[in-house]
Amino acid sequence: MLRHTPFHSRVAAANQTQLWSHWSGHLVVEQYQLSERWEHAAVRNAVGIFDASPLRKYRITGPGAEGFLARLLARDIRRCAPGQAQYTIWCDDRGFVDEDGVVFRLGPEEFLLTAYDPNLALLAGRAGALPAAAGKVAIEEVTDELGILAVQGPRSLAVLAKLADPELAHLRPFELTAARIGSAEVTISRTGFTGDLGYEVICGAGDAPEVWDRVSEAGRPHGLVPFGQVALLIARIEAGLLLYRVDFQSARRAENDEQRSTPFELGLGWMLAGIDDDSRPFVGRRALLRERDEGRSRWVMMGLAVDQLAYDEAHRAAGVSPPYAFHPVHTEALVYDGAENGDAVGFTCSFVYSPTLQRHIALARLTPGAAVPGRRVALEFTVNHRYVRIGATVARNPLFDPPRRRATPAPLPPGLAP
Amino acid sequence: MSAAGTDWRSTGPWDAVVVGGGHNGLVNGAYLARAGLRTLILERRPVVGGAAITEELRPGFQFTTFSYALSLVRPAVIHELDLVRHGFQPLVMPSTFCPMENGDALVLGPDRGENLTEIARHSRRDADAWLQYQHDLTMVSRALQPIVDAAPPDLLDPSPEARAELAALARHLGGLEPKVLNDLVRLLTGSAADFLDHYFETEVLKGWLSASGVIGSRLGPMSPGSGLVLLFMHLGQHDGDLGSWSFHKGGNGGFTQVLARAARAVGAVIATGAEVANVVTAGGRATGVVLADGTEVPARVVVSATDPRTTFTRLVDPGELPAQLVSDLGRYRYQGVSSKVNFALSGLPSFPGLGDGRDHWRGFTNIAPSIEYVERAFDDAKYGWYSTRPFIDCAVQSVLDPDMAPPGRHVLSCFVQYTPYELKGGASWETEREPMADRVQATLAAFFPGFDDLVLQREVVTPLDIEQVAGLPEGNIYHGELLASQLYWFRPALGWARYRTPIEGYYQCGSGTHPGGCITGAPGRLASHAVLADLALRRP
Repeated sequence: MLRHTPFHSRVAAANQTQLWSHWSGHLVVEQYQLSERWEHAAVRNAVGIFDASPLRKYRITGPGAEGFLARLLARDIRRCAPGQAQYTIWCDDRGFVDEDGVVFRLGPEEFLLTAYDPNLALLAGRAGALPAAAGKVAIEEVTDELGILAVQGPRSLAVLAKLADPELAHLRPFELTAARIGSAEVTISRTGFTGDLGYEVICGAGDAPEVWDRVSEAGRPHGLVPFGQVALLIARIEAGLLLYRVDFQSARRAENDEQRSTPFELGLGWMLAGIDDDSRPFVGRRALLRERDEGRSRWVMMGLAVDQLAYDEAHRAAGVSPPYAFHPVHTEALVYDGAENGDAVGFTCSFVYSPTLQRHIALARLTPGAAVPGRRVALEFTVNHRYVRIGATVARNPLFDPPRRRATPAPLPPGLAP
Repeated sequence: MSAAGTDWRSTGPWDAVVVGGGHNGLVNGAYLARAGLRTLILERRPVVGGAAITEELRPGFQFTTFSYALSLVRPAVIHELDLVRHGFQPLVMPSTFCPMENGDALVLGPDRGENLTEIARHSRRDADAWLQYQHDLTMVSRALQPIVDAAPPDLLDPSPEARAELAALARHLGGLEPKVLNDLVRLLTGSAADFLDHYFETEVLKGWLSASGVIGSRLGPMSPGSGLVLLFMHLGQHDGDLGSWSFHKGGNGGFTQVLARAARAVGAVIATGAEVANVVTAGGRATGVVLADGTEVPARVVVSATDPRTTFTRLVDPGELPAQLVSDLGRYRYQGVSSKVNFALSGLPSFPGLGDGRDHWRGFTNIAPSIEYVERAFDDAKYGWYSTRPFIDCAVQSVLDPDMAPPGRHVLSCFVQYTPYELKGGASWETEREPMADRVQATLAAFFPGFDDLVLQREVVTPLDIEQVAGLPEGNIYHGELLASQLYWFRPALGWARYRTPIEGYYQCGSGTHPGGCITGAPGRLASHAVLADLALRRP
């Protein structure tokens, strides 16, 4: 039986297309409007709202919570003060990534961890195996108790600052604050999955309809539109944000090591800045140290920018209009060295036409030798039923990285600045 | 302002000076600078952009005074000049709204199936015809893409290279499917009305489509030649979709600011408030320009981004030019017929037939409910007067782009035809501007009840204003009409379609050169190829 999110009554009313998809057993909107591209454009140009409630949520509390998470998570939770959040991962003992999520530190001894898949057995098991955590950590799944509404785009601050708290402008990326929207007590964090200026509102499930209504109302004169899965998944590829079960697989559910990947191989090595700190022996650390010190990474996750003019010309010369991938393509395609008949040097994980960047782009895992920004590679396409290689350039992620994403105080649109 | 910005008067000599900072001047300057030339772009007005500017005429309200939508920007320009990095952000219009006089409307959107349902509501037969029409027009448009993106082959040059270019063109056309070639000729020579009548019976559908055949032209939809303009308006693309249109973020002035940033990023210097009086020549060669204030700016190459009349008869002495060219330019037609009437509105206009919805305002709103409506609007203009009931292309840009107006308020850009540059009986636009705008407003009020109450401010831009402010002779928005006799090999004149002029070192890169008007960047880009090729040849 498919479940409804706390926003379902509002989401259903706004869904003009009746295109739905399933996310962790919940009914979610594929696209609200007939043009998924316009939903994406609203996120880049105005403001959009997205129902992220199906994320699993775990409340982790107690005097041993920090120590437990410091041991479990690859990124150092001790550097995350109350009022901050972290994008994080957890690994297995061999250093392979199991899953990713965001951990919100609501208080010194209170954390909220999100994940895509159920992780309660893993969390409880790891806590049980840690003597220091015995009796000092409580782990509770609160997935159904909370709604999450992402408010994303250049006008997200204009909408929320007026509605909830004018001080939101000073919230730095991955900071959070308690706020009130109407009668609802909420948590607002400067987080999201679009790579734009944006916030997420975490509210009690019962308050969700009111939060949706008030945000929608406040956003109307700012061009606010709800956006669905398709628009989100275009935005996240532009933003270089990895998608679990697409760009990487869970280490404990993978079938072989080809399907497994390490943080270094996923371009997440920056999370391990404190790996040399012996005071934090997190799960997978030893294997990751060995990988780093011995240079054993097999891949590096990079961005690819396709030569759009060459792509168009290859089709036009063959007498066909170039097909644009407006929906993300999550099937793997090989990446070749850029030289004529070059060898395979990696594979794409996600591919899409980016309206923002005006070209097709990809997230791709490349061999360390090929993972050099500016390096020329080629992708294979079929044109008139024949394979044709088209050039692309390797680039660092994110391919789209507007200054407003990080600017603090966050910018207000022209005419609305104080 | 960089040192180069303040010192440009004393930092010559320049490799290249571009006269005019409209969009083609900026594109041309960017390409020349990118190739390593020390390039100076001189703009007469205090802002760059030419006829593609955005002005805040009322606090928070951004008016696109002249040009207001994008489609034809060449993909090569977007990518070669790295415009995305400098802020290129087209907001593709998801809808087209064609209100009808009986209170009904035709509203098309982004979904193929929904559009078929909507058209079938007016005529089931036309739903099929719509798919065929789109396919046929796309095939012709696709066939023309390489022609738009290359200089016309030289008809008069007997060299093997020139002959080979001509042969390649012939091969390209000869390689088209016969139906595509046939459709191409029908569009190039016939009327929009004839072409559309072949497909459709729905008046409002034909009215809308026919209107794109008269934009900027002293033609009615029943005039031969309107098919060509209709085709021209379909040659652009967004995201690979031929014929789609957008509003640029921040209006078309937002787009030209992107071009200015791109030009500066590759080293071009842009000077505003710098009006060029004339090009300096010595021994049949251009050696620089003189500004209206007397400043001399020496340069190896001068490129005029102005229109052909200015390029050949005002910036240089026509006595230095071949008599045939001067004669050809004498019959080059401008005769502008377009005006803009722009509004600041306190709210979104209402159309009772569509209730409270606002999605139909996300693109063009087309006041041209039938071919006959447009043709009758043209009838007035034929005899030297503005239309009693004008064709209006409306755009409430603030619906897609909230930066264009304060929250909850709106700007409405109205492109109006017909308003002939030359009025009969010696009448003047100085006295007729407000009566003309009153007719526009009354026409809008007839479709959108209560419209008058929404108006906070009105800006009227007549052909005379287009000429005097933007510098486009006779207010023609294309630097000369898009007639078959004024395109390709003949734009602006036979023998001078490859961006060069009879004066060595003096080039043309405005919309009066191939492929023509609208915001394409193509003349600026293609002219840079000519300049760079010649400089390479002259290098020791």
